[in-house]
Amino acid sequence: MRSFEQHLQEFETRGIAIAAISVDSPGESRKLCDAKGYTFPFLSDPDAAVIRQYGLLHPKGGPDDHDISRPAEFLVDPSGTIRWVNLTDDIRVRARPEAVLEAINRLPAL
Amino acid sequence: MQRSWNLPIWIGFVIVVIALASYIPVFTQFAVTRDFPWANYLLLLIGGGALAVGLRRAYRDPLRYRGKISGTILGAVSVLLAGFFVFFIVYLGKQIPSAESALHTGQRAPAFTLRNADGKQVAFSDLANNHRAVVLIFYRGYW
Repeated sequence: MRSFEQHLQEFETRGIAIAAISVDSPGESRKLCDAKGYTFPFLSDPDAAVIRQYGLLHPKGGPDDHDISRPAEFLVDPSGTIRWVNLTDDIRVRARPEAVLEAINRLPAL
Repeated sequence: MQRSWNLPIWIGFVIVVIALASYIPVFTQFAVTRDFPWANYLLLLIGGGALAVGLRRAYRDPLRYRGKISGTILGAVSVLLAGFFVFFIVYLGKQIPSAESALHTGQRAPAFTLRNADGKQVAFSDLANNHRAVVLIFYRGYW
């Protein structure tokens, strides 16, 4: 997240919006954004409905057996077509902004 | 005869504690030290080495050096802590469901409307408006 925040200008220049999604409530997201200085939107999917639709449900992955999202990054064009996906198999290893920017450059006509 | 403090034991233990406590606040901030935690493994090796040196002389020369008991306890605690760290890195962090069911490139991303950190409704179309594409970062939450 921090590295995406640092590259935010670069994404914005290329016309790419960024948003984060988790089961956290808006209040928890507010705390996180204030603490870490994140300025892009953090969206709240408390019952994991959207997370489930994207096939990312990690059943009982959170505290008290709460369902959460597995980590993943999607690049979606305005028509709603997925253009690039990164699915990690390790919660510590996430997509680097450089990799996403590269994927954006490789795409034929967004 | 006054036995001298066995400093390497204590220094080694402090380095081991630093090695483990620093991963999340410091080394996960940078992809090079996060994806493979070599900086922490290196610190663990240095701390473990110092502990080994201290323990060795505590047992070889107990008349001159303290540390047989404290060194054994600190050494055992260090091994336990380091063991848990490695267990987290190589096993726990990988306990996520398979990505097979996840949507893939070329598929249609379901539209959504969710509340942002200020409680306001934000639709996918709001994000995509005036943009070439949107990066959606799904994360575990509960930070």
